Amino acid sequence: MEQVIANGLYLGAQYALIALGLTLIFALMNVLNFAHGQMYVLGGFVTYAIYGQLGLPFPVALAASSITLAVVGALIEKFLFRPVVRRSEREESTMLLAAAVAFFLDAVILLAFGEKQRGVPKIVSGVFVSDGLIMPYDRMVVGIVALAMIAAFVLYMQYSKPGRAMRALAQDRVAAQLMGVKVDRYSMIGFALGALLAGAVGGLLVTITGVNSGIGGPISIKAFLMVMIGGAGVVGGAIAGGFILGMMESVGLTVLREYGDITYLVIFALLMVFLSIRPNGLMGKPWG
Amino acid sequence: MINRRTALKSLALGAASTLAIVGALSSAHAENKTLKIGFVGVTSGPAAAWGTSNVRSMQVRADWINEKGGVKIGDDTYNIELVTFDDQKDPKRAIAGMEKMAQEGIHYVVGPNVDDGAAAVRPVAESKGIIYFPYAFPKALYTPPASNAVLGMVANYQSAPAIYKYLKENKGVKKIAFVAANESDPLSQRDGGVEAAKALGLEIVAQNDTYPNDTRDFTPVMTPIVQQKPDLLVLSGVAPANAPLLIRAARELGYEGLISAETAQDATVLQEGAGELANGFISVGGASTPEIRSAEMEEFIDRYTKKYGEYNDESNTKVYALDYIVETLKANPAAIDNVEEYKKTMDTFSAPNPFVKEGTLKYVGQTSFTQKRQISVPMVVTEFKDGKFETLFVGEVD
Repeated sequence: MEQVIANGLYLGAQYALIALGLTLIFALMNVLNFAHGQMYVLGGFVTYAIYGQLGLPFPVALAASSITLAVVGALIEKFLFRPVVRRSEREESTMLLAAAVAFFLDAVILLAFGEKQRGVPKIVSGVFVSDGLIMPYDRMVVGIVALAMIAAFVLYMQYSKPGRAMRALAQDRVAAQLMGVKVDRYSMIGFALGALLAGAVGGLLVTITGVNSGIGGPISIKAFLMVMIGGAGVVGGAIAGGFILGMMESVGLTVLREYGDITYLVIFALLMVFLSIRPNGLMGKPWG
Repeated sequence: MINRRTALKSLALGAASTLAIVGALSSAHAENKTLKIGFVGVTSGPAAAWGTSNVRSMQVRADWINEKGGVKIGDDTYNIELVTFDDQKDPKRAIAGMEKMAQEGIHYVVGPNVDDGAAAVRPVAESKGIIYFPYAFPKALYTPPASNAVLGMVANYQSAPAIYKYLKENKGVKKIAFVAANESDPLSQRDGGVEAAKALGLEIVAQNDTYPNDTRDFTPVMTPIVQQKPDLLVLSGVAPANAPLLIRAARELGYEGLISAETAQDATVLQEGAGELANGFISVGGASTPEIRSAEMEEFIDRYTKKYGEYNDESNTKVYALDYIVETLKANPAAIDNVEEYKKTMDTFSAPNPFVKEGTLKYVGQTSFTQKRQISVPMVVTEFKDGKFETLFVGEVD
């Protein structure tokens, strides 16, 4: 049982980190960023190239993934989403744009990095073994780093000036603008931060799960799932959604294994029931 | 002394000769007809590696043939032109792809890469006169009354009994566990593997464990299986992208038994994803290892690597389909636009296998399908060791 719980917590930590960036962008801009998974993949490939291929230290590669994606995110917001949000009278336009960005990034990544699964050397060797628990040290490190990043993100949003501005934007865009918050600037920072998180988690997890050019779509779907559980646009909700999904997966795959692959069937069925009872997810509106 | 008039005459003569030579060369090139060969399969998304290795193998081989002046079929010489269609692993798109091939007048198509796609295109292929080469295992595709599909590789129900028997006799395997992606191909391969294991009297300790194909962390999937302590863990129908992750999860959870798969894998992917944890992993390797491959295969690998930057071991098998089509058409030129002629030729066809030191190209499958609807490629069972596949044993279908 300890193993199942540990697996669930580890999965939850990585899922929460994946969902954070997605929910931030949704909260700030009301944009469902279908390209979030592709941004994760790009982050993974940057770390693969720098750490796996060039042999530079892992922290350098992780920083490069984060910065690269932050820049990509900022550019996408400035040149694609901002004009569309400004001119379009239909909210669906941003969804279509996000889907187009996802397809574009998919194609670019496939061309640039090929079709193969890629992996990098382990950042820490060895496995922790006790009577009821087996956990490789690199997973423990990744889990701790993920939790630290989540904590840093929450503190940044809570106490920094840009964080407060972005929270204000998420609560009421017009009111924030009237109070002097520079909407364009903080939208771009928010989008860049969301993309940065995707890149960072991609770079972090490439050491455990590797990366390939085709996984962007499934990653996005899983992130949407977590966001829907927690409540779209709520940071605490994304974290809760990540841990709930991780634990449900871990327990389901152990308890339901004799019945074949019904774990996700059960999760989706429960999600349908849950959403019919709480359509806004666990935590309702952005930042309460 | 050369006067101006003589110089002009010489110049004119030289120019005329040059033009004549260029004209002759270009007319010789222009005389080559075009033989269009199709591909319908998956080249995007999570399974992109399967179709991409097909397309790249075909392209390298076609370029090579064209570079040598084309292929002579009957009285005509043909340059090969590939027409490709990405079905995105969606049966509806596979049907659209096969329709497109028919509209382009193509009679020979490589693909699709998966079971449901291969089954979906069958009515189109049969009604439009197309022979197709799926990488899918359902026997119904190749067994009468079906007759237009030709299996492009060794099926798991052909390789699994041989592998399990070898491991039972040589490695003392008694308990076996299966894990498969929750998709039609891996599940049908798992069922075939379970049957083969039962026939050999092996104890099956796990067979219902499955995972979504887009799983990234396999530790929760592998935890309950490893607790069953099987001697052999079979990764049924595992995609090359998932194999290192499954191996790594099992080994890190303390599993010490054997691990095998009946699908072709890629050495670089295994090494990068699992490193030394993948040592001892047994799989049906691409139909070529250094011990058996010919100089022509070496050149193919070299050309592929130069063109695409990195070789894909799956292409050891995927390179064969185009050669089978071309060589069969050479054997019976009437088949160029008549697949019934092609079918007649398959029963007796034989040609030297350019990719191995000793061997022939021939159609097989009589035992499995009661008719010859499978291309013969060497069944090379390999063991992964320190970044390379080493040959465990070589078998043959039929």
